[in-house]
Amino acid sequence: MSHIIQIANLYKSFGKTKVLQGIDLNFEESKISVVLGPNSSGKTTLIKSILGMVIPESGSIKVMRKEIKNQWAYRENISYLPQIANFPANLTVQELVNMITDLRGKATHEESDLINDFGLGPFMKIRLTNLSGGTKQKVNILLAFMYDSPIMMLDEPTNGLDPVALIRLKTLINRKKAEGKSFLITTHIMQLVEELADEIVFILEGMVYFKGTVASLKKTFDEPNIEKAIAKILLKNNVV
Amino acid sequence: MLKILKYSFFDLIRSKWSYVYFFFYLVISSSLLYLSGDISKVIISLMNIILILVPLIASIFGVMYYYNSREFTELLLAQPIKRTNIFLGQYIGLAVSLSSSLLFGLGIPFLLFGIFRSAEIWNFIILIVTGVFLTFIFSAISFLVALKNENRLKGFGIVIFLWMFMAIIYDGLFLLSLIVFKEYPIETISLTLSMLNPIDLSRILILLKLDISALMGYTGAVFRKFFGTDTGLLLSTLILIMWTVLPVWAIVRVSGRKNF
Repeated sequence: MSHIIQIANLYKSFGKTKVLQGIDLNFEESKISVVLGPNSSGKTTLIKSILGMVIPESGSIKVMRKEIKNQWAYRENISYLPQIANFPANLTVQELVNMITDLRGKATHEESDLINDFGLGPFMKIRLTNLSGGTKQKVNILLAFMYDSPIMMLDEPTNGLDPVALIRLKTLINRKKAEGKSFLITTHIMQLVEELADEIVFILEGMVYFKGTVASLKKTFDEPNIEKAIAKILLKNNVV
Repeated sequence: MLKILKYSFFDLIRSKWSYVYFFFYLVISSSLLYLSGDISKVIISLMNIILILVPLIASIFGVMYYYNSREFTELLLAQPIKRTNIFLGQYIGLAVSLSSSLLFGLGIPFLLFGIFRSAEIWNFIILIVTGVFLTFIFSAISFLVALKNENRLKGFGIVIFLWMFMAIIYDGLFLLSLIVFKEYPIETISLTLSMLNPIDLSRILILLKLDISALMGYTGAVFRKFFGTDTGLLLSTLILIMWTVLPVWAIVRVSGRKNF
């Protein structure tokens, strides 16, 4: 099994707050890895370090076996869905799509399918400032899935989605996984974890606390579901 | 970078504030022109407005644009684009769209009034050029302040203070120093001091061009002697360029190290 992302000894602090304290982690190719952890455990910082948005103090990150420090072209291989969807207010959805396509310069053969699936058709000519939160999130999904990148990083992808869109999103993720894409997802929805995750990475206070399958997590902590297992870890470590 | 610039520019040029800014200049300059009819006087009145208003609007727009597009910047940062290009593109897009509001707002009425057939054409060009310089300078400064400060209120506060300092307080201190040291020959110092502030420098450039420096007394004569020469003009242009380049260079440096 080859590793698509390799992280070694990663440290990062913001002022006095130590956010990442020596993360050693590999993500495998063509799997769905879900990063879990309580609030402010360093999940988003980890994802942003991989994207080069946060600059770590020390340690190394390799994406597709290449060191990413001071690089930018490697991001062609990554699609990112950020947690907060906020776009330039005066552009229409179509213009935004054209713009990102223009910037990334990659074919978007699935664009119209995605627009249909998420019911975005009537919104394409509307300015982004007039969209509701859920619709913005759908635009966010469209932007992330439009490109044929081998790595997909989704930060809280289910925010504000209605059940229909949620089901379509799950189908989409599974289909893309079957096509060989690697996923890195953070979420607080445990049902999503049970349904999708090939692997769980549990981060606590900037360190990898647990890494393994859903089944092994349940088994290790002797609980019938993930929610309880996670709660057990948190209570044991006096995090909440 | 050109792509980012293009999109920032089109995003901004469609916002209602760009139109408000444009119409403001359009209304002010056309009403001044039709009320007074004397292009030279209108240029002086406009100078007073531009020297205060351009830095203020550029500062406010700069911080506002940076803070409002923060999440979108994050989206761009995740794309295969070099960081520097994102921020430079946004900054230039902002400065260019503000400058075009200024250029067209002032240009259209003056054009209709027949500026090209008038002897004042160079004075008008100086007015526009200093206005554009001030736009680029103050939007760069405000972009830099916003980059360095996550806290919006603090960012706004610093930018407004900087504007107030350069547009108002600096002159007060300058005048005070002239009074306190009136017994000494301080022409060179006052010359240097006024060159260090881009707003003062712009004002002097316009006043000297308009040939009313006689109003400024002995100091005016010293200034005229200095700025009237090629060296003086070259030096002041260089300083305006430096005021533009330095904050932009700082934007590149700060953005390269920042965590988002």
